Amino acid sequence: MDTNLARHSLALLARFLSGASVRWVDSQPDTCQRVYFANHTSHLDAIVIWSSLPQEVRMITRPVAAKDYWTAGAVRRYLATRLFNAILIDRTEIKVHQSPVDIMIREIGQQYSIIVFPEGGRATGINPEVGEFKSGLYYLCKKRPDLELIPVYIDNMNRILPRGEVLPVPLLSCVTFGPPMWLEKGEAKTDFLERARQAVRKLKEND
Amino acid sequence: MVFAILDARTLGLVGGVLLLLGAASIVVQVLRRRTDLGLDPGIIENLHRRVRAWLILFSGLAAAFLIGKTATVVLFGLIAFWALREFITLTPTRPGDHRTLFWVFFLITPLQFVLVGMGWQELFSVLIPVYAFLLIPARIAISGDYKRFLERTAKIQCGLLICVYCLSHAPALLVLRPNSLPAATTASSEAAASAEASGGTDAAAAEAKPAGPAVESEGDPYRNTRLLFFFVLMVQLSDVAQYLWAQVPSKHLIAPSISAARTWEGLLGGTASAMLVGGALWWATPFQGVWWWMAAVMSGVVSLMGFAGGITMSAIKRDRGVKDYGTLVEGHGGVLDRIDSLCFAAPVFFHCTRMWLGN
Repeated sequence: MDTNLARHSLALLARFLSGASVRWVDSQPDTCQRVYFANHTSHLDAIVIWSSLPQEVRMITRPVAAKDYWTAGAVRRYLATRLFNAILIDRTEIKVHQSPVDIMIREIGQQYSIIVFPEGGRATGINPEVGEFKSGLYYLCKKRPDLELIPVYIDNMNRILPRGEVLPVPLLSCVTFGPPMWLEKGEAKTDFLERARQAVRKLKEND
Repeated sequence: MVFAILDARTLGLVGGVLLLLGAASIVVQVLRRRTDLGLDPGIIENLHRRVRAWLILFSGLAAAFLIGKTATVVLFGLIAFWALREFITLTPTRPGDHRTLFWVFFLITPLQFVLVGMGWQELFSVLIPVYAFLLIPARIAISGDYKRFLERTAKIQCGLLICVYCLSHAPALLVLRPNSLPAATTASSEAAASAEASGGTDAAAAEAKPAGPAVESEGDPYRNTRLLFFFVLMVQLSDVAQYLWAQVPSKHLIAPSISAARTWEGLLGGTASAMLVGGALWWATPFQGVWWWMAAVMSGVVSLMGFAGGITMSAIKRDRGVKDYGTLVEGHGGVLDRIDSLCFAAPVFFHCTRMWLGN
């Protein structure tokens, strides 16, 4: 099947199944190089953000995903490598000069944007709080300070496909994109990570 | 093509409504631009939203009618699915309900509409009130989460009953069997047989029936289609009539804590208007075969049930702290806001039609 057509149909399907409505708050879709960072509650999060982007932005946006999950089985591997063009990170084996940040920087080049989940894992519970961010986002920005950071808040996905479930329930969800931010010159790691986390949390309260 | 398929009465009803809606949307557009008339912009905006939703609803219905019965049932199935999505999204559930909800969405909801499409009334009238009703609490119990058990169970059952079970009675009007409607207006052999069996009603029917077009004697394949269209039309008309009557100055609110828009003036005036319009449309309904004023009575019933649906859903929304199901998730039209009255009126309309027209 034609890959572009398959991508487009998959995006439509994901939009329908997740019932995602998309809001841009003080922010606009753009094809410049960006890092979309979001809260993480479900395996579908990356797909939902990816499908919420306008087509021309989607074409140059690659989710960063865990290799062990997305290469298990032919279907997932096809989806991750052929359709989402995902950057797969090996969580079990991290080598020198092959750190996830190095891989990301190499893979995006001067063209691609990425979707990351800085919490590192999926939050649990009925109304999950946005957890502490891992330092990867900071080191990424340290090496590429030109990248625009876009906070994203995904609402209700934890009810659509909670942790440990295989089959989704088609409730409605909401994806909110926030205003761009950058790593300030000389900003300390913990300050920056907390500022980024608050940017995501603020979108939650924006309802 | 359209003219070849539809007979004059069906075309008159469907086409007439679509033409009126087209005209109404132009009028509303003009009123929106004219700010110098001193009309309340809130009312104009409300009417604008309604007219837009109606245009989608009635053109969808008309298109589904042309394609056939299955298309209409599928259309209502999709509406019910979406309404249930909105309902459950608004209702707090716990992770233990996940698998139950999966069955509710992907097994029970489609099955209900498949049974309606097959016309299997014995089963579709008990699938949800009996089988799903019992299955849901059992499945939640198996998941092992007992917290707020009764509340969670009731919420899922309530959503399923209102959004799926009740709404499915609208397309079920299409599969009302000929012998449960006046036989004089059908030409199938089965109907002809039952016509001989029941003399009384049919004599009255033949007497009351105006001299219809030639197609009448060859059978009336669109009788049920018209009935459904008439039903949807009356629900929407009584809805807007109640809204407009509620604008009259002396206001007696029915339940001030639930809705500031629902008044006794609105309910009574709206219902009376609906009865007048419904009575004037007697020629389009199968009720004309019994008593001519039956269409008016049924319109009144529809109006009262529509009111019940609207105020019930308002109460649920108030409790959940939202104004519209649509604003819960921005960008979605709020399907449930538009069909609450339809949901409540459909099963009652269905049963009254069956009871009074059956013999």
